[in-house]
Amino acid sequence: MNHPLFLRSTLAALACAAGLAHAAFAASPADLLSAYGAQAGAAPQAARGQQFFNVTHGREWSCASCHGAVPVQAGRHAGTGKPIAAMAPAFNHERLTDAAKTEKWFRRNCNDVVGRECTAAEKADVLSWLLTLKP
Amino acid sequence: MPNDRSRSSSLATWTLAFAAGMGMGPWVWADDGPRAAQVPLLPSYKTECAACHVAYPPGMLPASSWQRLVTHLPNHFGTDASLDPAAAKELATWLGANAATGRRAVESPPDDRITRSAWFTRQHDEVPAATWKRASIKSASNCAACHTGADRGDFNEHTVRIPR
Repeated sequence: MNHPLFLRSTLAALACAAGLAHAAFAASPADLLSAYGAQAGAAPQAARGQQFFNVTHGREWSCASCHGAVPVQAGRHAGTGKPIAAMAPAFNHERLTDAAKTEKWFRRNCNDVVGRECTAAEKADVLSWLLTLKP
Repeated sequence: MPNDRSRSSSLATWTLAFAAGMGMGPWVWADDGPRAAQVPLLPSYKTECAACHVAYPPGMLPASSWQRLVTHLPNHFGTDASLDPAAAKELATWLGANAATGRRAVESPPDDRITRSAWFTRQHDEVPAATWKRASIKSASNCAACHTGADRGDFNEHTVRIPR
């Protein structure tokens, strides 16, 4: 289901929290992380993010099923086989630079992997882990 | 290079004349291959749909099938492919305008799956069941596994390379 109101308010919160009101949805991964962290009201934990990314949540796929266990290189869509560019921002500079796009993919993929939308804390944990991955 | 240009344009003329002589449009393959394969792709079709799978040419399904698929994106063959309403509407309009024409426009395949269309089955009848199951192919929907030009909308059988 689409939740346009929820989405819009989340994005507005994200944009404001990151001080991006004038910059459309352009953001840095660190901006998005701090926005999710602020929304969660707790410090993100990279180790918890890694765990969340790599385990299944009562369904067939984990995040790693498509992105790889350590997403520093291209993954492959578990259903279609289509290559998916590296997810870690240090290996793919386009990643996590657009708040709306990030929200859209969290919405879709959390629904597939977890069967619900992810919480702000879960998103913050995953982002904080992705940001620890360096060449 | 005038020579090259005149050579290629005369080749194009001959190709068109040949196609016209056979009673076909220039994009039609000899054995009833994918018809509208060469429609330029809407940018959002590439970013939204082709992020997860091959950019299936819109001419591979009738408008009624595309309509249902776009309406049910939150449950798209078992995955959530939901879009905001504006993006979905733009895609629906473009897909409808470029959907299958002629014989293929008449019948929606089961589950609106391209791979269950009568023409798809007919064109792949020489591929053994075991070949489809190879890890390198996985699924009939993975066009690009064998059709090396699939991402460009080129499904000509001369560019097919079936992986081991």
